[in-house]
Amino acid sequence: MAKQLIVGAEAIKAKGWFGAYKWLILRRISQLSILGLFLLPVLPGRLSESTGGFFASFWNSLLDQWPSLEGMWVVKGNLAASMTLDVLPLTDPHILLQAIFAGVEPHRDAIIGVIIVIGFYLLVSGRVYCSWVCPVNMVTDAASWLRRKLGIKSSARITRSTRYWMLGLTLVLPLVTGSIVWELFNPVSMLFRGIVFGLGTAWVLVLSVFLFDLLVSKDGWCGRLCPVGAFYSLLGTKSPLRVVATKREACDDCMDCFAVCPEAQVIKPALKGESKGIGPVILSSNCTNCGRCIDVCAKDVFNFGSRFSGVEMNKVSGTAGQQHNPG
Amino acid sequence: MSDSGKDKTRTVNRRQFMGDMLKTACGVGLMGVGLGFYANKADSLPAMAIRPPGALPEDEFLGACIRCGLCVRDCPYDILKLGQLGDDVPTGTPYFTSRTGPCEMCVDIPCIPVCPTNALDHSLTEIKDARMGLAVLVDQESCIAFLGLRCEVCFNICPIRGEAISLEYQHNDRSGKHALFIPVVHSDACTGCGLCEKACILEEAAIKIFPMHLAKGELGRHYRIGWDEKDKAGKSLVTPDIEHQYNLPEGVRYDLQGKGLIFESEGSDELPISSNPLDTLNRGLEDK
Repeated sequence: MAKQLIVGAEAIKAKGWFGAYKWLILRRISQLSILGLFLLPVLPGRLSESTGGFFASFWNSLLDQWPSLEGMWVVKGNLAASMTLDVLPLTDPHILLQAIFAGVEPHRDAIIGVIIVIGFYLLVSGRVYCSWVCPVNMVTDAASWLRRKLGIKSSARITRSTRYWMLGLTLVLPLVTGSIVWELFNPVSMLFRGIVFGLGTAWVLVLSVFLFDLLVSKDGWCGRLCPVGAFYSLLGTKSPLRVVATKREACDDCMDCFAVCPEAQVIKPALKGESKGIGPVILSSNCTNCGRCIDVCAKDVFNFGSRFSGVEMNKVSGTAGQQHNPG
Repeated sequence: MSDSGKDKTRTVNRRQFMGDMLKTACGVGLMGVGLGFYANKADSLPAMAIRPPGALPEDEFLGACIRCGLCVRDCPYDILKLGQLGDDVPTGTPYFTSRTGPCEMCVDIPCIPVCPTNALDHSLTEIKDARMGLAVLVDQESCIAFLGLRCEVCFNICPIRGEAISLEYQHNDRSGKHALFIPVVHSDACTGCGLCEKACILEEAAIKIFPMHLAKGELGRHYRIGWDEKDKAGKSLVTPDIEHQYNLPEGVRYDLQGKGLIFESEGSDELPISSNPLDTLNRGLEDK
């Protein structure tokens, strides 16, 4: 119990504060700067070179090259579909799929955009969307943090597979009603769109997600219900970028990684599976590649790696794996 | 959960598993029904929210619009807004309010080509063909043109001037000697841009943009306008009336819808009946 209240304390002692929060800070920078790009006002016109100095002359020469830059939004739209600098379209595959089920023929930009997005998440694992892009992640992380601080243990029993039922629901509803029903409720798009275009009373929805995660169910929204995360997890089943428990024999069973991980069930096979001949790679597509386990481990057990790393070790680990691993 | 069933028999696990599945499925299913019904209610668009040009009919639009807001960003006049939770407009869908910010009818319609899903129909390339709604002069009691005052602001601001709104002259019964300049909207030209509603000088506009389905009536499909059909066919479609034979005194004809009674005096000036009706009356008395 006391252990729970000081999650990561050993890591801070071993690696320093920045070392123990590196990936968390990077993720927050990623999430906030993606939001920021959508909020960035239109690009300015010619700057005065006397006051602006080097940057002003650089910007002016860019404007000479591409005069259309003036007054342009850096990124237009929101996570559903966006256009960056009028050249790069990006489209959310989950919502586009719902639209297609409602009877839409997407346009060229939407198709190019969705191919780019799907390609990206196939590479880096789908649920990177959840931990590095989605704004709701900050809300549920906060709830999870407060849950640990307050020592709230009770949690409603909602199976983690519920999200796939939810995913099915979001795809069946447009088939039945011909309307993209989920977008009337989706806290993910609601929060992001709200910050970019105006929130209305959507904060109530965000607050309920927070309270639900805090008081009702641990990791309830992102880990059990959210159909968007469920969809992206399906994109990550074969992705090469994975968290690997490279030094799992160094694990001292402090359980900090289990405490911070939003999908704690994914860690055990890789971390503790050596005796069963299971490799050190966290293969579950529900791992969000958030890197919190890397941060919070004082023994540096985890690291980002490829899903193929340790395959050889895998084969030998049953027989003489121990000798191959240094310290 | 998985640990607790480790030592028990497989059937218990399976039963537990099936039970869990069933519970989850039922829960999610119930939620789906709820969402569906709520969505039905939430999807209705209030009359004063007008969709951007080229928007599909509302039910199709809600299946096509992915609520990305690209049209909002590409509107050079910043009139478009996205519905927010708590608004009457379906969350995340674009609309404008013509009284505060009407569509300025850009020639290149920049909001349409950026739409990734054809919710704004890309085949609309001529802004004059847009039908965002229809202007309706709803309140003839407040419109000062009906009071006999010269206003005509809606007529003059209309981007399709003279075609979408024309001025019809009517007699001014109050003064007895002036004309009323009545603005009349023509649905074959009005795009529903809303500039007239914005410009209306009243506190509350007398001319308003309504969605097509609220603004337009429709004749029954079986209905045929007689004179149109006659023009199309080039002749009357019913048997023409037999010319009526009037039973009149000799030398008198009747010209229907023309001169009326015609006396054909044969050379002589004397008429078969006197032009003075009293003569006839007096004659009758004398005869007795």
